[in-house]
This record gives sequence, C-alpha cells and structure tokens, in this order.
Amino acid sequence: MSRLTRRSFAVGGVAALLGAGGVAWLANARGQDGIPGPLRKMLEFNEGVAQRLFGPQRLAPEFSPDKIEEPRINGLIGLASVAPTQDWKIRVVGKVDRTIPLAAIEALPSFSMTTQLKCVEGWSRIINWKGARLSDVLAQFGAGSEYIGLSTPSGGTDKSGQPDRYYVGFDRPSALHPQTLLCYEMNGQPLTQDHGAPLRLISAVKYGYKCIKRIGVIELTDHRPPDYWAEQGYDWYAGH
Amino acid sequence: MERLEHKHSRAVRWMHWFNVPLLFGMVWSGMLIYWANDVYSLGFGKFAIHLFPDWFYRWFHLSGRLAEGMAWHFAIMWLFALNGLAYVAYTIVSGEWRYLVPNRGSFREAWMVVLHDLHLSKIEPPRRKFNGAQQFAYTGVVLMGAGSLLTGLSIYKPTQVAWLTGFLGGYDMARWEHFWLTMGYMAFFAIHIAQVIRAGWNNFRAMVTGYEVASGEEASRG
Repeated sequence: MSRLTRRSFAVGGVAALLGAGGVAWLANARGQDGIPGPLRKMLEFNEGVAQRLFGPQRLAPEFSPDKIEEPRINGLIGLASVAPTQDWKIRVVGKVDRTIPLAAIEALPSFSMTTQLKCVEGWSRIINWKGARLSDVLAQFGAGSEYIGLSTPSGGTDKSGQPDRYYVGFDRPSALHPQTLLCYEMNGQPLTQDHGAPLRLISAVKYGYKCIKRIGVIELTDHRPPDYWAEQGYDWYAGH
Repeated sequence: MERLEHKHSRAVRWMHWFNVPLLFGMVWSGMLIYWANDVYSLGFGKFAIHLFPDWFYRWFHLSGRLAEGMAWHFAIMWLFALNGLAYVAYTIVSGEWRYLVPNRGSFREAWMVVLHDLHLSKIEPPRRKFNGAQQFAYTGVVLMGAGSLLTGLSIYKPTQVAWLTGFLGGYDMARWEHFWLTMGYMAFFAIHIAQVIRAGWNNFRAMVTGYEVASGEEASRG
C-alpha cells in the first residue's frame, strides 16, 4: 500500500506541477490587445464556432411595449464634444468614397424593434429602436466587403484636445442581419447626445459595446477593422 | 488484518482531480466578470448582505478585470464541459451510476446520515461505497454542473439560443441562476472538504491511489 501511495502521489504531484506550469505559461504568454496571445486565439476559436452556428435569419426576441425600460447611459467615448444634429453627414470610405447626408438614411425604409440591449458587464435594457437597416444602407451606398468598420467622426477631440474616437468592426453576416439598424429614434424620441445623436447603431445580435453611437464614418474593407474594446482585451466578435 | 479494497477507478480519479483546477478557474474568472455588475445580495431587507463587499474584491484582486475574466472563462469552459460530459458518459458506460444515483431508500438514509454527522443520532451511516447523503450530494453537483452549462450558454449566446434563455426566465434571470449555482458549488466545496477531513486519511488516499485499506472500522465519507 505504501508503494502504491508513493507512486500515486508522485504521479499526481507531477501532473499538478505540469498543470501549474501550463497555467503560468498561459497567463504570462505574450499578447497584444490586452490579453495573453493564447487566450485571444481561444476567443477567435469561439468566434469560428459561433459563426458556424450563426443563423442569419435567427431573430432576437422582441418585447411588448409595456416591457420597455428607461435607457441607461453607458460609454461616452467619442462623445466628448456636442454633435450638431443639423446637416449631419456620414462618410463612406474604403471600397467607395462618398459622403451621404443623414436625410438619405432617414429616407430609407424605416424599421422599429423592441429588443433587449445587453451589456457585457451583465445588465440589460429593453428599448424600442427605430431606424434604417444597415443592410439597406450598404445596398444603397456601399459595396461588397468582408467587414464593415464604423466610427465616430474623425478628428474628434475631448476638452483637453486629446483625440476622442470610438470605433467598432462588424463581420458581414452580422452587419446584414435584419435586426442591425442605424437608429435615429429611441423609445419614440429622437436620440439624445448621450445615446449617440444623431445616428447610432443597434444590433440585436451583438453586445452593447458594438453598438456605436454618433456614426460619422463607415468603412468597407476586407481586413478586420480595429475595434476600441477589442484592443483592450475584449472579444472582437462579441456576437450573442 | 489489512485488506486492500478497490474503490475509485483510474478514470474517476483523474476526472475528479482535473475538475478541481477547472472549477476553480471557472469560479475565479466568473468572479472577475461578476464584479462588473455585482447586483445580488444574500438575505432580505435590513439583513441583506451585498455580494460582495469591497474588501472582498480588494483582497482577491478581482476589480477591473472584466476582459481578462471573460477571456479565461470562455477558454476554460470547454475543458470544464468536456470533463463533465466525459464523467457522466463514464458513469453510464461503466454502470457506476448505480452507486451514485439516489434510490428509494436514499432520502431516509440521507436524513439519518445528516443527523449522525451533526451528532444528533448515534446510528452509524451504512458501510458501502456511497451512502444516501453522498448519493444526493454527488448526483446533485453533477446536475448543478449541467445547470451551469445551460445557464452559462443562455447568457453567452442569448440570441442564438433565445429559446433556452426564454425557458430559463430571460437573460437577467439566467444570469442570476448562473450566479447562485456557483454559490452552490462553494457550499458543496465547504461541506465536501469538511467531510473529507472528518473521514480521514484512508478515505482521502483512496481518491488518489484508488484503494482503501479495509480494516472494518472506518466508514467512508467525503
């Protein structure tokens, strides 16, 4: 029994040391974008799984009007200055180069949905949104591209003159999803500054940090666009 | 007279010990995520304790690490799920589920074991591999594991599995369920460790070596 015990504990000890070594290596592995490289690889692996299971026509549940909640202000990056709501223009760059007035987006078929905006922090709000489908905007003003990058107007600065910009990247299937809207109304009212006036994105298939406010630039590209929070260690895909 | 009795198979021992760092990793990374929206309390009204107090996060260095927590959580989850599924598959194929799943007499027996362990009754627990209390505990914790996978999936991909999230009561409710299952593991862990210490070296060694010395005196616990 004592020989068996010694052998078993030795095997267990070696296994524990190997495991601890593996975790230490993983935790200290070089990485970019805020997390160790192997963990970033795992997020990308999960993204591959998610994309394979992604149903482009699978809709997020909609809620009845009595379930609508007060919006919660969260995420003011890129909103330091006050956005003019008159004569707002969106630059479309990359595969095309044109400037479209907000009115052109408001002229597209308007869709309304009451969906749950989910924050990756773990809270949610049920909100009624109204706007044009991103798929319609892209069909009208865009061109085929694997990715769509959206950002606040370039050249934005905060009060101390530091650059103040927010930017997100979308994979094409998520961008074309029928519940991905460029919104100008929230709970029946025009968007306020804190919620991204005059035009913001809401996608019912993405977590809140992909739902960029105050859109000034849309980029059509075949390279994965940079993403503000993905650079800080968060998942680039952020689909749910 | 010393006699060696085979108690735990090699597969069960490996899966058991492999699960220790995996569950720890899931709970730890889960805490990093929970910190970002720590809205739950234990108790009611005046007697509610906010989970968790600030000193707790400070002490364990859990603050401001949401991205890191998610990255670990969504990596370890695969190993945790695979290990759990392998364990369930093994108990089915090997027939060991018969020792683990409670049967008709288990409830009464579990009650007797609880009374005995609280020193309220002198009736000894039966001497077989798992008594009624253990059957409930070990089957229960596996069901909790399944619950964690399902509630976890429903808050990880609430649109792609909207049917599941809806079934569990919605996104916010599923998150609450996911949290309290984790608190359940902590309770299981505390009782498990206490019982293993009570049961002694012979019982603990069996989980490492696979064999127990059957002297006829010690009842197994843990």
